[in-house]
Amino acid sequence: MAFNLTYKPFGERSILVEWPAVIDNEILNDIIQFKKIIEEKKIKSIVELKSAYNSLLIIYDSICRNFENEVIFLKNAYKSLKLNNDSVSVLWKIPVCYDGFFGIDLEVVSKEKKLSKEAIIKRHSQAVYTVYFIGFLPGFLYLGGLDKSLYIPRKSTPRLQIEKGAVAIGGSQTGVYPSASPGGWNIIGNSPIAFFNPKLKTPCFSKPGDRLVFKPVSLKEYENIKILVDSGVYQLESEVFSG
Amino acid sequence: MVKVLSPGFYSTIQDLGRTGFQEFGVPYSGVMDVYSATLANLILGNHANDAVIEMTMTGAKLQFSCSTYICVSGADMSPQLNGVPIHLNKSMKVSAEDVLSFGKLNKGFRCYLAVSGGFKTEEVMRSRSMYKDVTDLNKLSKNNELKTNINDLYLNDNNSLVKVKNKHFSTKDIEVFKGPEFHLLSTKQQKLLLQNEFTISKENNRMGYQLSELLENNLEPIITSPVLPGTVQLTPSGKLIILMRDCQTTGGYPRVFQLKESSINVLAQKFTGKTIHFKLNSQY
Repeated sequence: MAFNLTYKPFGERSILVEWPAVIDNEILNDIIQFKKIIEEKKIKSIVELKSAYNSLLIIYDSICRNFENEVIFLKNAYKSLKLNNDSVSVLWKIPVCYDGFFGIDLEVVSKEKKLSKEAIIKRHSQAVYTVYFIGFLPGFLYLGGLDKSLYIPRKSTPRLQIEKGAVAIGGSQTGVYPSASPGGWNIIGNSPIAFFNPKLKTPCFSKPGDRLVFKPVSLKEYENIKILVDSGVYQLESEVFSG
Repeated sequence: MVKVLSPGFYSTIQDLGRTGFQEFGVPYSGVMDVYSATLANLILGNHANDAVIEMTMTGAKLQFSCSTYICVSGADMSPQLNGVPIHLNKSMKVSAEDVLSFGKLNKGFRCYLAVSGGFKTEEVMRSRSMYKDVTDLNKLSKNNELKTNINDLYLNDNNSLVKVKNKHFSTKDIEVFKGPEFHLLSTKQQKLLLQNEFTISKENNRMGYQLSELLENNLEPIITSPVLPGTVQLTPSGKLIILMRDCQTTGGYPRVFQLKESSINVLAQKFTGKTIHFKLNSQY
């Protein structure tokens, strides 16, 4: 335990734990460890835990009658955390087609950033991204690690419909739209991979702490992968990532 | 089986929602007014979590293919069985071929229909609540056929009529707790929020209710953090948004209030043009 945490009530039956307000891998690891230790205690009254960049929300099944007691319990649980720096996680290799057919904003990004399309694709697909949490839409991964030279503001007028699988950049973030949705990010490609499947026991293959890289594929390869994904037989490539 | 002859303005199947899937970005969903929906279920001897039809603003027209018991609760949309007015909050026997319809909206905004044993529609992630990209259907449409369980007739004839406090529909008071960013507001802003009345704008749905009046502020956006149904967000342009049952799991606007659960139910019965008043609960 290395951080000074704050504990706040959030409505009648939740407690919000906050870390310093920065986006940082060490904080992410600390949140994951803290979440795990609470889960392992299997407290019946805790129905749900959800995390974001610098926060963990603990949701109880009924009204917290004694907020202070719950906080003492959580603080003790946090104290018992052992520093674990040699974390091992999964690295997912996500195929993305950056063809102009999908990458409808590549041209705009290229002009704005004074980079060739090839350079944009190279920088976007060379970075190793960290999955911080899932939010916004079912299966939408919040990723950290975008190359600074690719930071670009959201569009001033959001599009009413962004296609499922769209790979996009908004501000300092990049991500994949798991379903069709309105959105204001700049679209540079599309991934044929399903990021959310409500019919599966674990509806998302990825979880906070995972790593992810984008692997450029041609339109033809995209179509082939899409057929396999749609018939449920595509095997997503992954490897163990340490560090 | 219940056949949808006409769905009304916006009708969905809902239960108490999906708990345990927030970490995958899946909204809770579930009935907007838990109080009224639970009442309908309990009057029939159902479980509180049994699936009901939630009708918004105007009612549906439904035909039953077998006899069962029903109960209508929540908004008063002038319910009728075969054209004859029926009571709210009372169990009613219906027979095969009977048609339930609704008329004028007299009170409230969301009406619930429970059937004996609950609707047995598609269950995904431990809930039958309809939500786009989670369930196959995201709202009821004409000719949908909704399964019911005819073996689950818990009830015999029961003439009790439950009286619902009118306050559930008439009160303007929305009880709130301080949100995680409440303290970032100036004393003047805090006072304005708690003294003024706010009007529900036409931007109101199962995801959230936007309020018409603006609150001038210069709060910085926060790093994307958890939100819940009942979270009141304040945008840089001064808009107040009260998140409701289908809201996203995380958000980046400062969270100034969190509604008491019972006040989410009260708000769910209000619509465009109605006014509310935030009342601070200092218990936490």
